[in-house]
Amino acid sequence: MSAIFKREFGSYFSSPVGYAVLAAYMFFSGIFFYVQCLFLGSSSMTMVFQQMFFIVLFVIPLITMRTFSEEKRQKTEQALLTAPVGVPSIVGAKFLSSLAMFALCLCSYLIEGIALSFMTQPDWSVIIGNVFAMAILGSSFIAMGLFISSLTESAIVAAIVSFVLNVLISIMDTISGTVSWDVLTGITNAISFQKKYNNFSLGLISLSDVVFFVSVTFIFLFLTDRVIERRRWA
Amino acid sequence: MSNIPNSSFLIPNLKKEVYFIMIEVKDLTKYYVKNKALDHVSFSLKEGEILGFLGPNGAGKSTTMNIITGYLSSDSGSVKIDGIDILEEPKEAKKRIGYLPEQPPLYNDMTVQKYLEFMFKLKKVRLPMKEHINSICEQVKISDVKEKIIKHLSKGYRQRVGLAQALLGDPPVLILDEPTVGLDPIQIVEIRRLIRDLGKQHTVILSSHLLSEVQAVCDKILIINHGKIVADELTSSITQTGSSTVSLELIIEGRRQTVHSILQKVDGVIKVTDKGECERGCYEFRVDSRRDVRRLIFRAFAKTDFSILSMRPVEQSLEDIYLDIITGKSDTEEAS
Ligand SMILES: Nc1ncnc2c1ncn2[C@@H]1O[C@H](COP(=O)(O)OP(=O)(O)OP(=O)(O)O)[C@@H](O)[C@H]1O
Ligand SMILES: [Mg+2]
Repeated sequence: MSAIFKREFGSYFSSPVGYAVLAAYMFFSGIFFYVQCLFLGSSSMTMVFQQMFFIVLFVIPLITMRTFSEEKRQKTEQALLTAPVGVPSIVGAKFLSSLAMFALCLCSYLIEGIALSFMTQPDWSVIIGNVFAMAILGSSFIAMGLFISSLTESAIVAAIVSFVLNVLISIMDTISGTVSWDVLTGITNAISFQKKYNNFSLGLISLSDVVFFVSVTFIFLFLTDRVIERRRWA
Repeated sequence: MSNIPNSSFLIPNLKKEVYFIMIEVKDLTKYYVKNKALDHVSFSLKEGEILGFLGPNGAGKSTTMNIITGYLSSDSGSVKIDGIDILEEPKEAKKRIGYLPEQPPLYNDMTVQKYLEFMFKLKKVRLPMKEHINSICEQVKISDVKEKIIKHLSKGYRQRVGLAQALLGDPPVLILDEPTVGLDPIQIVEIRRLIRDLGKQHTVILSSHLLSEVQAVCDKILIINHGKIVADELTSSITQTGSSTVSLELIIEGRRQTVHSILQKVDGVIKVTDKGECERGCYEFRVDSRRDVRRLIFRAFAKTDFSILSMRPVEQSLEDIYLDIITGKSDTEEAS
């Protein structure tokens, strides 16, 4: 499992993808930070985290798009599946390496926090809490991205579908707000990622929201495992 | 359920014999959606045997190999490697297999060395890594490209890296799907020799379109067509018993028509083919018969003025048999 993790993580940096993702993330995070904290003079980074939500939607598909689709296209999948390694370990290793890549992006907040500490006293508990919230939100999106990637041979298709899915699931409550049907609004509010995430970024970390994101992660990792197992029977 | 422990507990001696069979494939059937790719394929292979898998495009060779290695699963049937079922204990069974798929599973962005290190760890090999990888690179002659990125390798080198990957960990069973495709003639000879050497200690299945290759390398041969096994024999015996007729090639000096009719009258002869004049007054004939008729022909001509200049039994080549079997089968299939 550690062998797959290392190869996978290394592959982000043997192609432009890893650098591009990192650069894009840091760029937007830096801009929002500049506008909110330096230009408008706020000492709280809460707004930065809320605005970064949409960047996460778009960056994570880039991190996960190649995980399974590329293995299938290059036929390297055959080496993985005929090695003495179970499918759950393969899925787990790929999940962890994507998460590690995303964690690297999250380092930008620490840099910004340090920058802020030269001017004012930043609230580190808010920053740490937000980074944690973003990591847990990210792991749900990563699990979804892995699942989409396992369904196709094309990285581009995987990226686009994941992106659309991420956006849909995040703004679901906004869309359903226009419909006056209580059941639907109830459901969409229950699964809306953005609502839960915004609670996090305000410092309201509730156990039920954490459980929600962790469950979503495990459900999609499990589905990914099923897809790969099932394909052998196709 | 109660039958299963019986067989292994009450007859412990049986176990040894079971283990002597390295690969046991029983009744594999595989559908791709509605398309039947394999139809009750069964065979077994003893330790140290090399099996050649022959068949036209789309016959089901790669499919069979993918099922043996646990990449695909079958709709029915079972595969046992060294007595271990590939579906029941996949990890144990897969540890015993080195597999070179039709397209070598290479990560284009890695160097050869890094790739082999990755595969070494992936296969959980317990040997000293550096020495082991070096010795395999020597064996398949890729030591000089070890630091190259796989993307930049030529097709032949990619094939060799794929072969190196299959040999990692020195697994007792090797499954090689068209191992010599894309290699240059010198390499082909060397890789065949390597496979032959490996066959002394390993059990090998290789697929190929080249009959000469199978004839040169393999102990056993399995011909498959439309997902069915159509011939399963020792390479040495298939050329002799492959067909029920015996053929002779004769050169006879004499009058053409008369010679023809004399040959035709010999007991046991099925067909005489006139192949034309080869020297002045000498004619070449091909005689197909049900049994050995050389003595009868000699006596028949001893009574005449004609002389037999040469008489040579024609050994049917594997090529002929292969074509016979493949075309014969598809003919009957079309008829039914
Ligand atoms: N993934 C797949 N989906 C659907 N059909 C397939 C798939 N793979 C193979 N087949 C079909 O199964 C049959 C057997 O294919 P297979 O690849 O095993 O043949 P082969 O003997 O290896 O041929 P070749 O000599 O060309 O390599 C073919 O009819 C092929 O079209
Ligand atoms: Mg094939």
